[in-house]
Amino acid sequence: MALTKAAMAERLFTDLGLNKREAKDLVDLFFETVRQALEQGEQVKLSGFGNFELRNKGERPGRNPKTGEEIPISARRVVTFRPGQNLRARVHAYAGKRQ
Amino acid sequence: MTKSDLIEKMARNSSLPQGDVELVVKGIIDMMGAALAEGDRIEIRGFGSFSLHHRPSRTGRNPKTGASVTLQEKFVPHFKPGKELRERVNAVEAES
Repeated sequence: MALTKAAMAERLFTDLGLNKREAKDLVDLFFETVRQALEQGEQVKLSGFGNFELRNKGERPGRNPKTGEEIPISARRVVTFRPGQNLRARVHAYAGKRQ
Repeated sequence: MTKSDLIEKMARNSSLPQGDVELVVKGIIDMMGAALAEGDRIEIRGFGSFSLHHRPSRTGRNPKTGASVTLQEKFVPHFKPGKELRERVNAVEAES
């Protein structure tokens, strides 16, 4: 089962004793605050998890896959995620546990 | 922005004491790490999704000695930004 905001709020409600409204609002606030930082061009470093970084990509040639027509892909800024050592190691171990 | 900056910023926009906000941030990060460590996906609408990508085993080389080593298959975390995040991050750039 995928982890969702609703599941996170539910856990904060049971584990931390926040009321459901507060728990939901704080989960929303967490992701909105990260988004705002990235929107303002600031990288976000969450130790123990990973870093959200920004990359500027130049214009490059592309193609409409349906028509085959050539169209340029405009220059843009994108978010990339670099998992930290700790997360990498935990996920790396997953293949072993699965068997 | 670091985790402590994030906690401060959230506390300014919340009625809860900073200590509670800190527990929330740590709780959310713990839940996300635990989900991926179990092979579960994370899906946050408007932010993005995290999943695991499989890397098959391959033969690599020790860069110092040149000796061949077999690298076991593994999983690596992958993040795909959601539509709202992609658009907001790109919008500011377009204006400047």
